[in-house]
Amino acid sequence: MEIPESVKKRLTLPAEEHFYAGHTACQGCGASLGLRYVLKAYGRKTIVVIPACCSTIIAGAWPYNTLDANLFHTAFETTGAVMSGIEAALKAMGYKVKGEDGVMVVGWAGDGGTADIGLQALSGFLERGHDAVYIMYDNEAYMNTGIQRSGSTPYGAWTTNTPGGKRHFLEKRHKKKVIDIVIAHEVPYAATASVAYPEDFIKKLRKAKEIPGPSFIQLFSPCPTGWRSPTDKSIEIARLAVQTAYFPLFEYENGKYRINMPSTRREPKPIEEFLKLQGRFKYMTREDVEILQRWVNHEWEKLKKLAEVFG
Amino acid sequence: MPIRTVMKANEAAAWAAKLAKPKVIAAFPITPSTLVPEKISEFVANGELDAEFIKVESEHSAISACVGASAAGVRTFTATASQGLALMHEVLFIAAGMRLPIVVAVGNRSLSAPINIWNDWQDSISQRDTGWMQFYAENNQEALDLILIAFKVAEDERVLLPAMIGFDAFILTHTVEPVEIPDQEVVDEFLGEYTPKHAYLDPAKPITQGTLAFPAHYMEARYTVWEANENAKKVIDEVFEEFEKRFGRKYSKVEEYRTDDAEIVLVTMGSLAGTVKEYVDHLREKGVKVGAAKLTVYRPFPAEEVRELAKKAKVIALLEKNVTFSIGGALFQDFSRALVNQKEKPILIDFILGLGGRDVTFGNLDEVVGIAQKAIAGEEFEEVNWIGLRKEIL
Repeated sequence: MEIPESVKKRLTLPAEEHFYAGHTACQGCGASLGLRYVLKAYGRKTIVVIPACCSTIIAGAWPYNTLDANLFHTAFETTGAVMSGIEAALKAMGYKVKGEDGVMVVGWAGDGGTADIGLQALSGFLERGHDAVYIMYDNEAYMNTGIQRSGSTPYGAWTTNTPGGKRHFLEKRHKKKVIDIVIAHEVPYAATASVAYPEDFIKKLRKAKEIPGPSFIQLFSPCPTGWRSPTDKSIEIARLAVQTAYFPLFEYENGKYRINMPSTRREPKPIEEFLKLQGRFKYMTREDVEILQRWVNHEWEKLKKLAEVFG
Repeated sequence: MPIRTVMKANEAAAWAAKLAKPKVIAAFPITPSTLVPEKISEFVANGELDAEFIKVESEHSAISACVGASAAGVRTFTATASQGLALMHEVLFIAAGMRLPIVVAVGNRSLSAPINIWNDWQDSISQRDTGWMQFYAENNQEALDLILIAFKVAEDERVLLPAMIGFDAFILTHTVEPVEIPDQEVVDEFLGEYTPKHAYLDPAKPITQGTLAFPAHYMEARYTVWEANENAKKVIDEVFEEFEKRFGRKYSKVEEYRTDDAEIVLVTMGSLAGTVKEYVDHLREKGVKVGAAKLTVYRPFPAEEVRELAKKAKVIALLEKNVTFSIGGALFQDFSRALVNQKEKPILIDFILGLGGRDVTFGNLDEVVGIAQKAIAGEEFEEVNWIGLRKEIL
C-alpha cells in the first residue's frame, strides 16, 4: 500500500512493512506487533532465527509465509547457537554484518526459550561476542504449549501448572531477571522495551544494530490468551507495566545504565493498577499483592541506584 | 605430491577438514575427539585454514551452529563422540530434514552409565534413524579419506544429507599410523566449491527454512530424506570410483576378504575389521573355511551388497560393538531385514563384544567360530551371544 508523503512526514515509525497481514497470531498479541516493529527497524536484509514458540505458528505454516525477510526455524533451545553459526557463515562469505547497511541476524525467542531452555545457548552467544541482536519477547509463560509457567512468570500468577486450587498453588517465585544475567556477560548493549512504546523500541533496535557485538532486548509482550485479559487492553497493560515500575524501560550501554522515558517521568503507580486488568492475577490475596509490590519497589530502587552510580 | 607421514586418526580427521576447507567449524571438547578441533584451531591460528572457528558451549550448540552456518550456505565441519553425539541427537534430525550436508567426525566411544571413555559404536549406531549417512573407518588413512568422500557425497545434489564418519576411540583416535596426506590441488578438484542451490540465507533473496508443516505436507518432506538415502547408494559408488581414480585408494560399501568358498563370514566394522582379517588368515592356515567382510558404509544400509555376500556363506556372524536391548545388535537387525525375504539365506548369528573398550582377542573369535560351526552342524545355538563376558563378576 502506498502511503502519501504528507502522511509519511507525520509518522513516528518507519512506514515500510515486512511483516504482512494474514498471520495467525491471536487477537491482541504483543509478539506479532513486536516482530512487525523489528522488521520495520531492520528491513528485509534481515535473517530472523525463530525457535519453537508462538512465532513458529505466527510466521505461517508451509507454504504460507508472513515475513518478507529470511527466516530460519530451529529447535527450542538453539536460538543463540544458530544465530552464531549464521553470523559466522555470513562473515566467512564476506558480508558486512550489523552496523550501517549490514546484514542483520536477529534471534526472536520467547521467555521460555530464553530464560529457561535457551539460556545456555544465549550465554554462549553473548560471551563469544557475535554481531547479532537477540530479542526476548517476554509474555511471561510458555504460551504456545498452553500457558505453563516459565522462569519469567511473575509471583502470584495463575498458569495451567500454577493453577491455584485449594492449596493456593500459584507461581511462588519472582520473575527471573534475564537482563541482569545478560548484563553479567558485559555485553555492549542491553535494553528493556515494550510494545506500548514502539518509538522507544525502534530507537533501541537501531542502537542495537549500530553498536558492534551482541545486543539484547527484552520486549514486554502481552498475551491476552495466557493473561486472561481483554484483547483490546494489551497496550494499556503494557503501558501500566512500565508505569508501575513492574517492567521499567532502561538501557545498559558500554557499562552505563540509563532509565528511559516514561519510566523517569513520575513516581510509579501501585502494582494493583497493572494486576487488575488481567485474569491471571485474580487469585492473589492482599498479602500476595504486598509481596509482589515489595519486590517491584526493591528492584526499582536497585535500578535507580545503578543508574545513579553507573549512569 | 602427497605427503607420507604418521599421525593419529584425530589428526587425520583434522587434516581432512583442512583439505576440505570448511568455512565454519563449531566444536566442543570431548574425549576422545578433542584433538580434532584442537588441531583445526591450530590450522586456523596459523593461517593455514581460512575459516570461522566457533568455540561453542556444548555439543548441542556445536551442531546447532553448524546447522545455522550450513543453512546460510557454507561448508561446515565438527567432531564429537559419545555423550556429545547423544546431546546432538535432537539437532541431527533437523540437519537431515533441512538437507544440510554437514560432516561430523565421530571418535566412536561408549555411552554412560557407567561412565567409560573407551571404544564401542553405541554413540553413532544410536543415531541411525536420524537420516544421516554413516561411514566407519578401519584405520587412520580411511578416517581421512572417508571425510573427504563424505563431503563429496553429502553435497551431491541427488543426496544433500549430512554424514558422520566413525573411527574407534583410542584404537584409532590416539594411535599413530602411516597416513598419506593428499595434494590440496587434487582435493580441490575432487570436492570443488560448495555452492548450495537449495539452502542458503541470501540477504537479497529472503526465504524461509524449516517451516511448520501440517500433516498434509510433513510426510512428503520426510520421504525426501528416504529418497536421498536411496540415491546416496549409487552416488557413494560413483564417488568411491572417482576417489580411486584421483587418489589410488579403493573403497567399497561392503569390503569382502577371503569370502570365496567361505562357510563362515565374520562381518564387522571399524578397526575390528583389521583384527578379524588377521584372524581369518590364521584360521585359513589351519584349513578352516572362513572369510570376513567389513561395512564401510552403514547408512544408507548396503542391502544389495549384503544379499550378494549372503549367497557365499552358510553362516554370517555379526561382530558388533553395540546393543539394542532385548533384540541384539543393530547389524543383526539390519542383516535380518536385508535377508528376510530371500529364498535361500545363511544362518545369522549375533555376537556382542568389545563394549566400553574391551579388547577383542583371537580367543573371543575362536568362541564365535565355535558357535558358528555348531550351527552348521545342526546343533542348537543362541541367536544373540555376549562374547567375553566375565561371568565371575556378574
